[in-house]
Amino acid sequence: MRSRGAAFVFITLCSLSGAAHAQKTEPMIGLITKTETNPFFVKMKEGAQAAAKAGGAKLLTGAGKNDGDNAAQVTAMENMIAAGAKVILITVNDAKAIVPTVTKARAKGVLVIALDSPTDPVNATDALFASDNYRAGRLIGQYAKAALAGKRPRIATLDLFPGTPVGSQRHNGFLRGMGFAAPDRSSNVLGKPAEVVCMADSYGNQTRGQTGMENCIQKNPDINLVYTVNEPTAAGAYKALKAAAKEKGVVVVSVDGGCQGIRDVRDGHIAATAQQYPLKMAALGVTAALDYFKTGRKPSGFYETPVTLIAAKPMKGVESKDVKTGMELCFGDK
Amino acid sequence: MSNVMEARGLAKRYGHVTALDGTDFELRAGEILALIGDNGAGKSTLIKILSGATIPDEGEIVLDGKTVHFRNPMDARRAGIETVYQDLAVAPAMTIAENLFLGRELRRPGVRGEALRMLDKKRMLVESAAHMQELKIGVGSMSQTVETLSGGQRQGVAVARSAAFARHVVIMDEPTAALGVKEGAMVLELIRRVRDRGLSVVLVSHNVPHVFEIADRIHVMRLGKRVAVLNPKAISMSDAVAVMTGAIQPPP
Amino acid sequence: MNNWREKLPPLATVGPLLALLLACAFFTSQSDRFLTGENLSLVLQQVMVVGVIAIGQTLIILTAGVDLSCGMVMALGGIVMTKLATESGMPAPLAIACGIGITTLFGLINGVLVTTVGLPSFIVTLGTMNIAFAITQLYSNSQTITDLPDALNALGGTFRISGTSIVYGVVLMLILYVIAWFGLRETAAGRHVYAVGNNAEAARLTGIATTRVLLGVYVLAGLFYGIASLLSVARTGVGDPNAGQTENLDAITAVVLGGTSLFGGRGAVLGSLVGALIVGVFRNGLTLMGVSSVYQVLVTGILVILAVATDQLSRRRGR
Repeated sequence: MRSRGAAFVFITLCSLSGAAHAQKTEPMIGLITKTETNPFFVKMKEGAQAAAKAGGAKLLTGAGKNDGDNAAQVTAMENMIAAGAKVILITVNDAKAIVPTVTKARAKGVLVIALDSPTDPVNATDALFASDNYRAGRLIGQYAKAALAGKRPRIATLDLFPGTPVGSQRHNGFLRGMGFAAPDRSSNVLGKPAEVVCMADSYGNQTRGQTGMENCIQKNPDINLVYTVNEPTAAGAYKALKAAAKEKGVVVVSVDGGCQGIRDVRDGHIAATAQQYPLKMAALGVTAALDYFKTGRKPSGFYETPVTLIAAKPMKGVESKDVKTGMELCFGDK
Repeated sequence: MSNVMEARGLAKRYGHVTALDGTDFELRAGEILALIGDNGAGKSTLIKILSGATIPDEGEIVLDGKTVHFRNPMDARRAGIETVYQDLAVAPAMTIAENLFLGRELRRPGVRGEALRMLDKKRMLVESAAHMQELKIGVGSMSQTVETLSGGQRQGVAVARSAAFARHVVIMDEPTAALGVKEGAMVLELIRRVRDRGLSVVLVSHNVPHVFEIADRIHVMRLGKRVAVLNPKAISMSDAVAVMTGAIQPPP
Repeated sequence: MNNWREKLPPLATVGPLLALLLACAFFTSQSDRFLTGENLSLVLQQVMVVGVIAIGQTLIILTAGVDLSCGMVMALGGIVMTKLATESGMPAPLAIACGIGITTLFGLINGVLVTTVGLPSFIVTLGTMNIAFAITQLYSNSQTITDLPDALNALGGTFRISGTSIVYGVVLMLILYVIAWFGLRETAAGRHVYAVGNNAEAARLTGIATTRVLLGVYVLAGLFYGIASLLSVARTGVGDPNAGQTENLDAITAVVLGGTSLFGGRGAVLGSLVGALIVGVFRNGLTLMGVSSVYQVLVTGILVILAVATDQLSRRRGR
């Protein structure tokens, strides 16, 4: 019984190592996303896979279990490097905590590129390909100011959770776009001018967004502008506003540009959203990796991918694209 | 005096170990029979078989003149044999009344009992109080949880439960083992009252003085067999222990 | 006559209620918007999903087990019923039944693994939690399901009592609590749940079919998670594949805060309602005060430790 088992294991190991050996000829790129399930990252993976295949490289993928899960990303990076990946593309869950692992990888000669979210410090990775979350916030802030048309703003912010650069940048960018003084893009502190009458954390999901909005309405029934960190949060906020019969008089703005979010813009649930392009980020990252394999040239610095404001009703003085364009470019199920 | 319970040629083997080697057993009606023997003599195996917890490999049991086969402890209970286990088998967080009726709860009459399956808590309280009173166990309220009771009182609850539902035999496994002198004496008195209610008692114990105090007869086990049935009034404690260890031959 | 002191509920049950009342008093003093009918109705709506999940969780914790999969199973139920009702065009009541059927099935799987294979519930439900999560993501393709037929949103509808609107789902939650309370206190089956949790061996020896009791508890819990998934769908108006993640730990917190012992055999299901309300009141109150949500998490942690410590102390005094 035992010897048969051992033989089986031995044969399996041999064939596996044979297969691995056969694949060693292809250069390997590792892509680590924040989570497996957010359509933003699903799109990013698709884009990376297509670009890698076209360029003759193999793509390894991994992710955290949920937003903020640093440990799983550390493990994924170590495993990918052990498997032979020479380039790692990563959307970091924890900007500070991932740095030691990144430094170790770069010391081994691995090229590490941050996608979508920067590490802290930014130059811990070789390069950053991201859309500027601060600029995304600014765009929707500018739109919101125009949409309020001179009315005194009473603002609710539904943020991610404390201590995330993405959440802080979008939040503070929004305040800047509205014309308020706010912390700059390097700060993790959420600005709170007097016009912000309520703040709640949504953890990026719809249910908590709804709860946060409900509680804010209780606190200040005369809220007329809601900033949401992403579109599921905005959907929850809209539900709460509708239940309180306030949906007509309140402007809701968001960031992301997923197809469901664009549909919400079309239906009037969200006034404007800043659309980001995970596919472009991933494609840029893979292109840089392929270039590195061929020429040994490492990318460096910050490559900004575009952000587009999508709104159903254009406002004077603020450049935006319409819903049709948004739907063409969105990620997720169309 | 008739035998309320008899067994012939009981044997039980666990692999290479013989726990019971063809032993006999008789319990007379209305007596307190003590089961003594050294460790490994077969006492616990014997009572496990009598209480239905173990099925013997050979031998048969006759209860009240009829041959019986117990497949599990519930069968023995249905036949009227109740067991007080060494660790008492009570739920400490539940009340005395709940413990007494555990597994045999009373339901309210009529629709509330049938359709809603509601418990008749009042009746259970009253009846538990009666059972405890009958055995003169001193406890205040039946709504107290068992964990608030002393060791002897807890033993009382377990004994009262068995006495309340037994029709023929109550088996007790080391009833005074964990108790101090005063509470041990209380429990012995309790066992006498159970007998006085008309039940027969089989009692396993390591405590030879206690055995001599209440047993009518003593069944001695050695190496999986019954080697003697002693009369505590006709033999000394030290001789009884000697028979148990095999130092002397049992009297005829 | 019975000692009146024994008629009082144990400290472990009264404690949470006192904590809830103190919290309400505190928030009333800090914000004049707290103690309004509208706000309180809101808090009830916000806890109704966790509240129903906590009923199932209470049953399991009473048997000295724990169910880490509750939130994920609830999310799966929600996705199944919404997907079937929209994309597959199934009539809504049937879709709802399927969703609840799936969650009940997961309860059965948990129960079988715990009773028959004999694995600890912590480990079993850790596994089924991940399995339920994965199936939810795969089946929904990680997309939210919208445009639901009215029947699925029905429990989110409201009615008015003297100017305050109450959500139907809240009423359902309260009814379920009454049923659970009755079942656990007044029926033999309910007492058997306590017995199995307090001393499983004793329960077995007194003739209680412990396997059947445990199996029943897990299956019933699955049923409650299914009802909770319908409430979650009705509250948000969508099928959300990422629902249930915070509810997972929130439900266990509610049960512990409510005075039910993690060691089994002790506790009252109404306590879990109080526990859920405590969490909801703090979330609502702190937002009304403008305090960061991080403090809500801190307070919840402190309360959990207080709750467990109070339970231990009250038991020790009883000896």
